[in-house]
Amino acid sequence: MARIVGAISTSHVPLIGKAIARHLEAEPYWKPFFEGFDAARAWLRKVQPDVAVMIYNDHGLNFFLDKMPTFAVGAAAEYQNADEGWGLATTAPFPGDPALSWHVIESLVADEFDVTTCQQMLVDHAFAIPMQLLWPGTTKWPVKTVPICINTVQHPLPTPARCYKFGQAIGRAIESYDKDLKVLIVGTGGMSHQLDGERAGFINREFDQLCLDKLSRDPEALTRFSVPELVKLAGTQGVEILMWIAARGAISGGVSEVHRNYHIPISNTAAGLLVLEPARATG
Amino acid sequence: MAVSKPKIDIPGTTIFGADEARRGYALNAMCYSFNSAENRAEFLKDEDAYCAKFGLDVEQRAAIRDRNVLALIAAGGNIYYLAKFAGIFGLDVQEIGAQQTGLSVEAFKSKLMAARG
Repeated sequence: MARIVGAISTSHVPLIGKAIARHLEAEPYWKPFFEGFDAARAWLRKVQPDVAVMIYNDHGLNFFLDKMPTFAVGAAAEYQNADEGWGLATTAPFPGDPALSWHVIESLVADEFDVTTCQQMLVDHAFAIPMQLLWPGTTKWPVKTVPICINTVQHPLPTPARCYKFGQAIGRAIESYDKDLKVLIVGTGGMSHQLDGERAGFINREFDQLCLDKLSRDPEALTRFSVPELVKLAGTQGVEILMWIAARGAISGGVSEVHRNYHIPISNTAAGLLVLEPARATG
Repeated sequence: MAVSKPKIDIPGTTIFGADEARRGYALNAMCYSFNSAENRAEFLKDEDAYCAKFGLDVEQRAAIRDRNVLALIAAGGNIYYLAKFAGIFGLDVQEIGAQQTGLSVEAFKSKLMAARG
């Protein structure tokens, strides 16, 4: 049976992609961010996942306002990254796992999450940058991928409680897959930031720290917030913490925190990284 | 059943919902088209014709002409699509942030650094 080896959540700021393309990782501006990934990569080398389920939000590459799914799951053999309009270099395509994707889709719908199914799907920086961060310097990705997209473009967005339950349903889907696979969950986005309006540049360190602590020890506490409350506390784009909440939901029961990093600012954003693995039974 | 919409007033913040999605559809459709390099070039070649093709209204057309992000948001623009418009001119999110907050780019960057506490 498939099993979840853990969940990594990370920011996906486009500027990170530009820094990778220009090899700026050791520059003073970037070092506190990139060195946070050493521990995540060491952990990945230890657990050796076969598949990464990528929970992310599209920023107007694959989806437009003509058709805006709340939850969408990719079911393709390959996913292309593409031009998003502001000069980020595109990455090598990502291999899919259509059999696992369809199992996840069937399981989610049976579990009352009526997702949109995508046999063609472009994946944007929110998918590509975390892949580059976790497996740097390669175009031959060592994992297959299943993209799961949550709408953060057009309100109403799904609530934190709904996203947590969605994550739990993703967890049940994976654990009921009849193939011996090690699956990594990746949640991408956040942490606090706001790009638009007179409040642009809003960052909330205290709320981000609360989120990191609660994701690790008491995730249900975060399910009590409404989406407008998240906008107020984390900024209009800080609502991307929904991906982290879903990723945490995929691990049933308690977790051990493997690693965290937090750094202000990367571009306009408070950048976070959190690596969690299922708590081991002791004794 | 009545739908209860949790409302919170957050100064300087537009929550992009039903009203904005309807109001800004043409503007956002144009900005979404800027994912394509060919479309970006077509816009630069003849801005009036390109805006007319997408049916922008007077307010949206003026906001595009002025490169004014707050006016674009007021006309229904969504920041994810507007970023593609800004990308045509090589503007990054600090420059967009500075424009919206009335700060210099340096002052806007200092504001971000100050969030370290």
